[in-house]
Amino acid sequence: MSPRRSPAPSPRDVVARSHGAALLAVEGLTVTYRAATRLTAVRDVSFALKPREAYGLVGESGCGKSTIALSIMRYLPANGRVAAGQILFAGQDLLGLSGSDLQRLRGAQIAMVYQDPGAALNPSMTVGDQVAEVFTAHRAFGRDRARAATETMFESVRMPGAADVAKRYPHQLSGGMQQRAIIAMALAANPALLILDEPTTGLDATVEAAVLDLIAAIRNEFDAAILLISHNLAVVSRVCDRVGVLYAGELVEEGPTGELFTSPHHPYTAGLLSCVPRFGMRKETTPLVPIAGRMPRLGEAFPGCSFAPRCPLVRERCRQEPPPLFATTSGRQARCFFWPEVPSLHVSRQPARMEVPGVPAATEPSERAALLEVRDATVHFGRPSHPVRAVNDLSFTLHQAEIFGLVGESGSGKSTIARGIAGLLSLNGGTLSLDGGDISRPVEQRARAEIKRVQMVFQSPEATLNPRQTVRQMLSRTVKALTDRRGDVLQERVDELARLVHLDAALLDSVPGGLSGGQRQRVAIARAFAGDPDIVLCDEPVSNLDVSVQATILTLLANLQEQKLVSYLFISHDLSVVRYLADRVGVMYLGSLVEIGPAARVFAPPFHPYTETLLAAMPALDRPSPPIRADGSMPSAAEIPSGCPFHTRCPRMLGAQCREHVPPWQQTAGGHAYRCWISPTDLTQRQQRLWDDTIQQPEPDVAEGVA
Amino acid sequence: MDRERVPAMSGRPVSLGADLDLAEREAIAPPGGPSLATMPSARRSRLGAAARSIVRTPSAVVGLGVVIFWVLCALGWPLVVPYDPDAQDATALLALPSPAHLFGADHLGRDVLSRVLAGSREVLLLAPAATLIGLIGGIAVGLAAAYYGGWFDEILMRVMDAIMAFPFIILALLILSVMGPSARNVIIVIGLGYIPLTGRVVRAAALSVRDLDYVAAARLRGARGIEIMLTEILPNITGPIVVEATVRVGYAIFAIASLSFLGLGVPPPSANWGAMINETRLYLTINPAIVLAPTLAIGSLVVAINLVADGLRRVVRG
Repeated sequence: MSPRRSPAPSPRDVVARSHGAALLAVEGLTVTYRAATRLTAVRDVSFALKPREAYGLVGESGCGKSTIALSIMRYLPANGRVAAGQILFAGQDLLGLSGSDLQRLRGAQIAMVYQDPGAALNPSMTVGDQVAEVFTAHRAFGRDRARAATETMFESVRMPGAADVAKRYPHQLSGGMQQRAIIAMALAANPALLILDEPTTGLDATVEAAVLDLIAAIRNEFDAAILLISHNLAVVSRVCDRVGVLYAGELVEEGPTGELFTSPHHPYTAGLLSCVPRFGMRKETTPLVPIAGRMPRLGEAFPGCSFAPRCPLVRERCRQEPPPLFATTSGRQARCFFWPEVPSLHVSRQPARMEVPGVPAATEPSERAALLEVRDATVHFGRPSHPVRAVNDLSFTLHQAEIFGLVGESGSGKSTIARGIAGLLSLNGGTLSLDGGDISRPVEQRARAEIKRVQMVFQSPEATLNPRQTVRQMLSRTVKALTDRRGDVLQERVDELARLVHLDAALLDSVPGGLSGGQRQRVAIARAFAGDPDIVLCDEPVSNLDVSVQATILTLLANLQEQKLVSYLFISHDLSVVRYLADRVGVMYLGSLVEIGPAARVFAPPFHPYTETLLAAMPALDRPSPPIRADGSMPSAAEIPSGCPFHTRCPRMLGAQCREHVPPWQQTAGGHAYRCWISPTDLTQRQQRLWDDTIQQPEPDVAEGVA
Repeated sequence: MDRERVPAMSGRPVSLGADLDLAEREAIAPPGGPSLATMPSARRSRLGAAARSIVRTPSAVVGLGVVIFWVLCALGWPLVVPYDPDAQDATALLALPSPAHLFGADHLGRDVLSRVLAGSREVLLLAPAATLIGLIGGIAVGLAAAYYGGWFDEILMRVMDAIMAFPFIILALLILSVMGPSARNVIIVIGLGYIPLTGRVVRAAALSVRDLDYVAAARLRGARGIEIMLTEILPNITGPIVVEATVRVGYAIFAIASLSFLGLGVPPPSANWGAMINETRLYLTINPAIVLAPTLAIGSLVVAINLVADGLRRVVRG
């Protein structure tokens, strides 16, 4: 335990000392890493934060945003080095600070919040002790005062059950609560600058919304400036005043958030905006426009503009001359020679009319034949006396050539039921019938004809391919196992599969280590299609991919589905993606379906209150979110609440009825149904009003680009 | 299933053909530097990485040097020994170290240096053989236990625990006194004794791989137990297995020496280190060199092997 020092200066003191200069000024920062050679991860980046300002750094993996944060904290790994530039904090040069000065600065004047809250908390100390430690070390409080301050701090971060939480250990808290504890630790010292590195990436949608609310609230209650680092544009737009976009280690655009995201001045930003499915886009009407080419590798050098290989506006000059940062309009910069052309490029890609949740759309009910019937499926894990009820009496039908989106947060059981359908898990109850034939058996007991009809694409590109086999070997094995093809015919099929997923034939002889994430998922998709399946279960296939790659894979999946007329069970936690792809949607909570129906109807009122909180939780670029939040976090599947499982968190809970009795299915038009005690007419009335009031309709003409 | 009956979809997603082709072209011919797709095959680069890692670690280099020295000894000792290891010289009984006998001579006048050099062959033949038996058995047990899980795993592991509960030397004593000491029996005993230990390591490594998606994908193509264990799991756990095998060889050498010391190893007069220590320990106070020589031989070889194992462990981990 460090001895008591003099208390750290408050943000106001820090600001006053800086004599009006920017709070944080990064100038010409260049950071290199030593791998086999010296690689430049960050190249000549400059930006500045004013006191109490919220600044966002946006970019995909490998763009250098975390490196910048670590450089500010002077916490680069052993092989990293700041090769050039300076970082000034309130006029003080951070890079030249001595060890003891740095120790006084970190945690006290600059605090950092990391992505994985579980890993950032000491597992052998209670969270109360950990927060109190900050008070005693940096603000020179005595033990009792620190304890009281800890409790106040927990209340400021809206920690549920603030009084008791202090005595608990990190593993006893949920992800959202852990992240609040970390934020409490960061704010305890009343820092002048708070750096958040992907703070909500590992969290569920509803929890993420709550943490973002908290961060927005913090800005009013504390004096800290915020540097938010994220790959998620919508999260940044929710919290930050200004945004800097990073690509290949360089700052390519900077400006106020609202303007930047409606009217970008750099082709990369425009590309990012066009390849992310935003809520309301449909594959038929508004195709995603993926960014051509591939992500640059760490330290890759370019003779001209780093974005030139992928840019739709590229000219000769771009390939030869690296563009400087141009001041485009007031307060905005863009690193592009041809930035005036970007706004029209962006506009040309926007949909003429974008649907908004709350606006009911006409749909035709599904007239297709049933392909897979899931009836009362149940999967329990663990001891029979106290099981984890992952899936409970789940029933739905998957039709031919249909994309059925299954939506829910982690712990809802969606992956579990997919594995049950595939036969990777045994069902504890219920039946699965494929075209009338019962397949409720583990895959080891299924006939080959049954196995080849149901295939799966998994979530993680890292784990989905055997690292020791080449692509050709993997595909050959699968084709051999599922079909009768042998010899040359087999190899022809392998080549055909590679073409199907647009995988270059030269990559067939690489091992997965030589493939990017997008390429690996394409191999996984090729493998799933090897035996000409009827059903492909897609378990979050794009969630672990970079944004620009997601668009490619989603479009590939959509094309394949239409081409081959297969059915997908498409699982995702991302509602925009599901809205983009799916024909019908089911919403799962704690192992049961709470709503099911055609996609347009599920996402228009009346929707189940849980669906409502999911929609409200989506941080979106073009609309504010309605203030509907689910309380707390999802209970464990080992202790499912009585009656309606959502009643403990429901913002529309009626009372004892919801607590004691399982609600019935309410049917509305077109095959849409949800389980709630509130009738469709009541729900429509309440929700329509709320969503219409808070949603702004999209501007009729987006052609307000600034030239 | 009659797909023709399915009504056509109302709209078409934009075909990605052009953009994806562009993406491919970038993948094979990037603006600068070698493409990852043209990297040498995985196996060669793993061996290369292993070699580089060992070369960078001084302790592993020393270890490797000592091991190579003893391997060369085992291969070519007849070419370098100054005396025949079994030749008894009555004039040099318990001779102290001298230019004629670098490590002295034992109670029968045999040159200790020659015996030590000759003894390396036996040790370096028996130990890897025993380790191999332990390895094969351990891999079978470990893979099966990890893959099938459940009751099978429990029972198998408890049986392994029971075997491990016996002090190894006692177990060896028991078996060898029944079967009679010989090279073959020593290999069998040590091999069997190492199956539980290796099995544990293999099981732990296999468990970390068993739940990965590519194993599930293999199940989804209808692959069964043995195929999955051998093609999906085993190739991906070679790292820990190699490290474990290396360490086991070291232990095997030590075990062989111990058994020989107790008189249960290969019968005399063959020169083996353990028996040498046993025979000459009476004379420790008179002529320490003749006891130290085999001791140092055993020690140096076992330590060297462990240093190499440490170097390999670093490759496996990173």
